[in-house]
Amino acid sequence: MTDATATAGTVATPSSGPPTSFLQSIVNRLVIIVPYVWLLFFFLIPFVIVFKISLSDTARAMPPYVPTFDISKGFGSLLAGLRELDFENYLWLAGDPLYFNAYISSVVVAAISTVLALLVGYPIAYGMARAPATIRPTLLMLVILPFWTSFLIRVYAWIGILKPEGLLNQFLLSVGVISQPLVILNTYAAIFIGIVYSYLPFMVLPLYSSLEKMDHSLIEAAQDLGCPPITAFWKITFPLSLPGVVAGCLLVFIPAAGEFVIPDLLGGSRTLMIGRTLWNEFNSNGDWPVASAVAVVLLLILIVPIVLFQHMQAKAQEQGR
Amino acid sequence: MKSLGSIRRKFAPWNDPDAKPYIVFENVTKKFGDFIAVNDLSLAIFEREFFALLGASGCGKSTLLRMLAGFEEPTSGRILLDGQDLRGIPPYRRPVNMMFQSYALFPHMTVEKNIAFGLKQEGMPAAEIDKRVAEMLRLVKLEQFAKRKPHQLSGGQRQRVALARSVAKRPKVLLLDEPLGALDKKLREETQFELMDLQQELGLTFVVVTHDQEEAMTMADRIAIMDKGQVMQVATPAEVYEAPASRFVANFVGNVNMFEGTVADRTQDTARITGASGAQILVENAADTVAGADVAFAIRPEKIRVSSKKPADAVNALEGEVYDIAYLGDMTVYHVRLDDGQMVRASMLNATREIDDPLTWDDRAWISFRPNAGIVLTR
Amino acid sequence: MNTVWSRFNIASIVLGFAFLYLPIVLLVVFSFNESKLVTVWGGFSTKWYVSLFHNQGLMDAAWVTIRVGLISATVATVLGTLAALTLTRYTRFKGRLLFSGMVFAPLVMPEVITGLSLLLLFVAVNLDRGFFTLTLAHITFSMCFVAVVVQSRLLTFDRSLEEAAMDLGAPPVKTFFQITLPVILPAIVSGWMLAFTLSIDDLVISSFTSGPGATTLPMKIYSQVRLGVTPEINAACTILIGLVATGVVIASVVNKQREVQRLRDEQIALRG
Repeated sequence: MTDATATAGTVATPSSGPPTSFLQSIVNRLVIIVPYVWLLFFFLIPFVIVFKISLSDTARAMPPYVPTFDISKGFGSLLAGLRELDFENYLWLAGDPLYFNAYISSVVVAAISTVLALLVGYPIAYGMARAPATIRPTLLMLVILPFWTSFLIRVYAWIGILKPEGLLNQFLLSVGVISQPLVILNTYAAIFIGIVYSYLPFMVLPLYSSLEKMDHSLIEAAQDLGCPPITAFWKITFPLSLPGVVAGCLLVFIPAAGEFVIPDLLGGSRTLMIGRTLWNEFNSNGDWPVASAVAVVLLLILIVPIVLFQHMQAKAQEQGR
Repeated sequence: MKSLGSIRRKFAPWNDPDAKPYIVFENVTKKFGDFIAVNDLSLAIFEREFFALLGASGCGKSTLLRMLAGFEEPTSGRILLDGQDLRGIPPYRRPVNMMFQSYALFPHMTVEKNIAFGLKQEGMPAAEIDKRVAEMLRLVKLEQFAKRKPHQLSGGQRQRVALARSVAKRPKVLLLDEPLGALDKKLREETQFELMDLQQELGLTFVVVTHDQEEAMTMADRIAIMDKGQVMQVATPAEVYEAPASRFVANFVGNVNMFEGTVADRTQDTARITGASGAQILVENAADTVAGADVAFAIRPEKIRVSSKKPADAVNALEGEVYDIAYLGDMTVYHVRLDDGQMVRASMLNATREIDDPLTWDDRAWISFRPNAGIVLTR
Repeated sequence: MNTVWSRFNIASIVLGFAFLYLPIVLLVVFSFNESKLVTVWGGFSTKWYVSLFHNQGLMDAAWVTIRVGLISATVATVLGTLAALTLTRYTRFKGRLLFSGMVFAPLVMPEVITGLSLLLLFVAVNLDRGFFTLTLAHITFSMCFVAVVVQSRLLTFDRSLEEAAMDLGAPPVKTFFQITLPVILPAIVSGWMLAFTLSIDDLVISSFTSGPGATTLPMKIYSQVRLGVTPEINAACTILIGLVATGVVIASVVNKQREVQRLRDEQIALRG
């Protein structure tokens, strides 16, 4: 049990339990090593490669990049390659306002969408948590159910609703609220709607779980001590649901910032979001190094919220223990 | 002059026909759907009284408390506090405060913030709040814990924060829902006396809900024993124990031996009761029973004597066999199976280290008691 | 006071669910539209479903999607369960922090980044893109979801069950298969279902990691959607929604019945 395994560099010790046999220790180690190696190879190493390629030069070839260094050619070429490492692609990104604007607008769009999702999701989660205990599981299932239907389909459904001759405009025109069709499709408004709609379950679920497990006697205690219901909400309920608020916001913000399908289908060509820029850079322009650099910068932007999210997951796990 | 049980303090407004009750429940009924939690209940509680609602879970005692606090409205009937009908007044405008069973301490606030919470709601100036919080912390001996969060406190400390928070506003009435339920036995006993001292010191009216009869007996001036949404008896602890109003109350509070039988004949002070097996006992405290009535004679275990020979002077003596003996240190509990099959529990104080009349399992034994040692129950 | 609040609660739930479900309902309704104009009702018709089944491209894509879904969900369930065990049972080993990071990060990682990085990996190791790489990619992201689902069940798992089994003489491996696995099986099954759904649903990562001859249904739908909304796509979407909804409803009904049965048994047991 003391020698470190070569690949994952792990020493497996069960957190508690009886002394283990030799066979048992092999099984223990396999439990760790198999998923560990898989994630190392298919999750971590790919990021290293992305970073490496982002430092390479563009080439009109297949694959369309010139590797700055190639490990298979030995240590010498590695050193030579290291010398050729450059941040050319990053300079290119910094120099082109298109990318800069795309990053800014992605973050802003994601932030606004997150706030909107919170405003829409909180009353729903609150209502669910206050619903009779017998119907709560059903409500929970109804929130999760859309998540099981295709993301693409749910976004696609909004095209028919939002387009100028679409169902929303037909409805609004027929009841006489508007006289001219609203232009919603192919604007940022459509992206907000799309993101809020698609990611609403991610907002509602953590909010619900933090609100649901809250002891109702706390609210009663606040009222007993002289707090009217609205004040009690702001002084007790809301502060105590903050972990859920933060988790929900992160779960919406992080994927929304890199979203591709929603801006592509609902946002039209005039809206700018980095996920789509990356996709175009890769698929249309075939510029892999620049696409990689775009991805690295996006990751750097998202690293703080991602680490925050992981930290919260770990904390929740500790508490659940 | 003789008195029933012991007198806790000279405070008995309920015996004073001129005293005005402070809290009045008038024919209060509370239904949850088809379930009747409180059933046409009337009750009067006096100012400065330490009043306990005692009953098994589901008897409606907590519902009664929550109606007083304003979390539930009675389905019918009314509740008066100091002459004012409480109907329609939300909990945050009632001059009563509650100490919750779970304590309900706000986990995101420190001890002092928790205590100050109610004071802030009524808009007390900050300086005064600080003074009152300091005073409360001193009262519950938690001065050095002011800056801690609830999760950094022990169970007993949390309980005291909850207490401080609920009395900080100087409510007219303090409601306590199982205030000691979460504490271990030793701490519970200490805290019982602390609560009594606090009530004396602050001069508040306390209404406490509990399922622990010992707790109710220790602390309360009067106890209301509840069952199925109704009050079975309201009386001082001594009365509840020594003069229960019904078989239910006698069984619920403490241990009791019940002899079921018929009144054979009775005089001014005594009644002769014939059991099913023909055994006869002569008892006092028969109240207004008449000959021929089916009654129960209830007698507490400590009022029965167990001996190997029939005591010469005994008015009531029944023979049986020792079935079980439990030695508890301060006393010994005997289970004697009488010859008619009834099991009798008797406890004898171990006033000396050695005993004169050692009995053991399967020995023949006599139980004996005086005519006034028990009470005749008709209900 | 209470009634006002609960009225507010009911209103927000109703409006929220209307928002969640109305678009899907409209999509389904208009898949039965006679008219080719998707948003103008021209009478009831099932002709788009008929033409759908004659669309060989869509049918092929559907077959690829299902195969990738079945294989990747199964492998991901095994790997995810192992990862969940590692996270809950082994609290001290070198690289645990990295490991939990690698499990949780893919949950929120923008798909374009995951897709791009996997593609570059496959290119770097000279793996031809196609069905195989597609499956590998799907396993990678869905195993993390399985891990989270199974892990949350394991956290509430009563360890004394295992200790009891070992106390009665079962060795650890046997204990796992005879005690632990049956108890956490519902979580593993829902993990599998989640992995399968994620797989058949994925567009972005598939587009990066797939190659010629391995076009999935979402990729096919996406390429047609870009050309405009057609009733045929509505019909295809309706079928997908119908399949998923049926699966979820059946699963929840079975669960509910089992729960009801359990409650009934418990009551009988208490009475008896």
